[in-house]
Amino acid sequence: MAKTKKGERSGEGKTVPVGELLKYYRDMLLIRRFEERAGQLYGMGLIGGFCHLYIGQEAVVVGMQAAITGDDAVVTSYRDHGHMLACGMDPRGVMAELTGRIGGYSKGKGGSMHMFSREKNFFGGHGIVAAQVPIGTGIAFAHKYSGHKRVSLTYFGDGAVNQGQVYESFNMAALWKLPCIYVIENNKYAMGTSVERSAAGQALAERGAAYGIPGEQVDGMDVLAVKEAGERVVAAAKAGEGPAILEVMTYRYRGHSMSDPAKYRTKEEVDKMRTERDPINLVRDLLLAQGKSEDDLKKIDKEIRDIVADAADFAQTSPEPPESELYTDILVEA
Amino acid sequence: MPIDILMPALSPTMTEGKIARWLKAVGDNVKSGDVLAEIETDKATMEVEAVDEGKLDKILVPEGTEGVKVNTPIATLAGDGEAAKPAPKAEAKLEPAAKPAPAAAPAMPKAPAAPAAAEYSGPTTMMTVREALRDAMAEEMRRDEKVFLMGEEVAQYQGAYKISQGLLQEFGDRRVVDTPITEQGFAGLAVGAAFMGLRPIVEFMTFNFSMQAIDQVINSAAKTLYMSGGQMGCPIVFRGPNGAAARVAAQHSQCYASWYAHCPGLKVVSPYTAGDAKGLLKSAIRDPNPVIFLENEVLYGQSFEVPSGGDHVVPIGKARIARQGEHVTITAFSLMVKYALEAAEMLAAEGISAEVIDLRSLRPLDTETIVASVKKTNRFVSVEEGWPYAGIGSELLAVMMEQAFDYLDAPPVRITGLDVPMPYAANLEKLTLPSAVKIADAAKAVCYRA
Repeated sequence: MAKTKKGERSGEGKTVPVGELLKYYRDMLLIRRFEERAGQLYGMGLIGGFCHLYIGQEAVVVGMQAAITGDDAVVTSYRDHGHMLACGMDPRGVMAELTGRIGGYSKGKGGSMHMFSREKNFFGGHGIVAAQVPIGTGIAFAHKYSGHKRVSLTYFGDGAVNQGQVYESFNMAALWKLPCIYVIENNKYAMGTSVERSAAGQALAERGAAYGIPGEQVDGMDVLAVKEAGERVVAAAKAGEGPAILEVMTYRYRGHSMSDPAKYRTKEEVDKMRTERDPINLVRDLLLAQGKSEDDLKKIDKEIRDIVADAADFAQTSPEPPESELYTDILVEA
Repeated sequence: MPIDILMPALSPTMTEGKIARWLKAVGDNVKSGDVLAEIETDKATMEVEAVDEGKLDKILVPEGTEGVKVNTPIATLAGDGEAAKPAPKAEAKLEPAAKPAPAAAPAMPKAPAAPAAAEYSGPTTMMTVREALRDAMAEEMRRDEKVFLMGEEVAQYQGAYKISQGLLQEFGDRRVVDTPITEQGFAGLAVGAAFMGLRPIVEFMTFNFSMQAIDQVINSAAKTLYMSGGQMGCPIVFRGPNGAAARVAAQHSQCYASWYAHCPGLKVVSPYTAGDAKGLLKSAIRDPNPVIFLENEVLYGQSFEVPSGGDHVVPIGKARIARQGEHVTITAFSLMVKYALEAAEMLAAEGISAEVIDLRSLRPLDTETIVASVKKTNRFVSVEEGWPYAGIGSELLAVMMEQAFDYLDAPPVRITGLDVPMPYAANLEKLTLPSAVKIADAAKAVCYRA
């Protein structure tokens, strides 16, 4: 039976190993600093086109990634930088793709919204809202067809959730018991339209109820809560129980894209989230409570800043793709 | 006054069928709604119900008779004293899925055998385009475990047009997958499976429905290789009947050749003969790229000689000279090749020797073969069923301007479907579509022999 329940706050009353917390802290901080730098490079005109930053949502991908293995697949929308870093893709290759250079993951031909890594089982980076949902479902189909006990983490937003192809996918995934985890990143706004103004009905987690797909709301600002929920649904999918939906309640601090001034929400709303619910500060507080010092964390901050500075440097020095790249990769030469 | 019972048309494209079984005997009383007979077409077995009432007087066509033309009287009813109705007619009741076609080979309309491909001189077998497509899929599924077929009614129903007949039985439901009616969803799902290295064959019941899925076909299947810097290939075939069938009106009678051929990242093929249908489908399945495979419902039941020796594969991107000629080059693809060949016959009677090129592949286009032919004939007519505006013919005429301008003795001409949504009325539909006469007239015009 489909059921929806509230994920409980975690990190309270349980001890999480320091090593695990440190990894989450480091991974989330990398995304935060990387995105801040991407925003800066965009402002300098080094990154063009659409650029959708992930700042504020870091706990979602870091928590989910902790629930899967490297053999599982990940696919998402155009707000994809965080997912790629969480999958272990090289920050240099991601940043150089943003600047449209040959050292980028797509040799500069994809850009911010279209990046992939076969090696890391990251299947994009899709620019059409919700197009990745059937694709992620097909990845799960292939896992099942091939007899592999692997899942497909298929991410989409609270805007995509209203697209018809999402329900076509839910139907087939439930019908064929595909190991697909649908992660709805609910950051409250589909570009400028709030969920209240675009989504009828109750929680988005219940959108699979008609197909018998269990759904659950999870606190997406708490990496531990995300990981716990993720582990549960991933284990069920790998045991052959079929798809599941996690509606992860999150928040983006920046506009929809770099060109969005985000006038549709108040400064107070954003400030409140940043000061009271920041996912990185939550882990930082847990680490300090477990005896880590400010200096220990500063050391990590410095490491991360160095990685990001190196990536930004690479992204500016890697050459633009040669003109000979124009006509390559259109077809696979048999 | 006796009433004739006529052979009914049970589908838009049916021209003849087989009387499989009479369920009433001479002398039986027949009431309206009684099942009179079972009729087999190349797609299905259907029951024919009586519309009129009376005593079955004569059976004119015994059971087991094949190739009975639509509208042939098959029995007569003795009237029961009421005034005979002016247009007595049997009415077909469709009985899907209930009865798979029996083992007996269904009657096929006989089409003139196309000349065998010049490069092949081995043994051949006569088979329909339908059987050729099925064999191509079966052979490739035996060859490669990663190949699977998915679409509406492909498995238990054996294919809406019976192209996948027998595949479920041989390969099971893991590899022959019935989908819900959800084109965008299953096209996208298959693209995801192809990204993972599987080789899906996606059947669109007709290409008209591919418009529901066109974002996945173009934005996901065709563009991802480029957008990923060559990392993410998409080995997938989208296939199904394309273009006008008969009397199904505007939403079900559209040619998608120029739509898909427009897009880099896709290959687009559209065979005419059964041999090319088989050989090109096998190539398409093996191709590491997305291939749009445009079939034609009217051709499914037509028979051709198909090479039977070994692994028959036709390379994508090569046109076929279907008839050699000297005075004018006519290009066509799919069903239009048949009309072009008929036109060439008419022209021959008037002393004009037409070279007919079956394009087979629309992207990539074999410009070399076409241009070489025009350099010889100096005159060019392009034929397609689709709309003229920005069509395949527009592209071919541009190729003429760019690569054969100095060789042309007359402005090239396009024969296309008319620039209107397909009308339903039989007379208007006929006017809309190209015909052998229109093609022959165009060829005469470019030869200044009108």
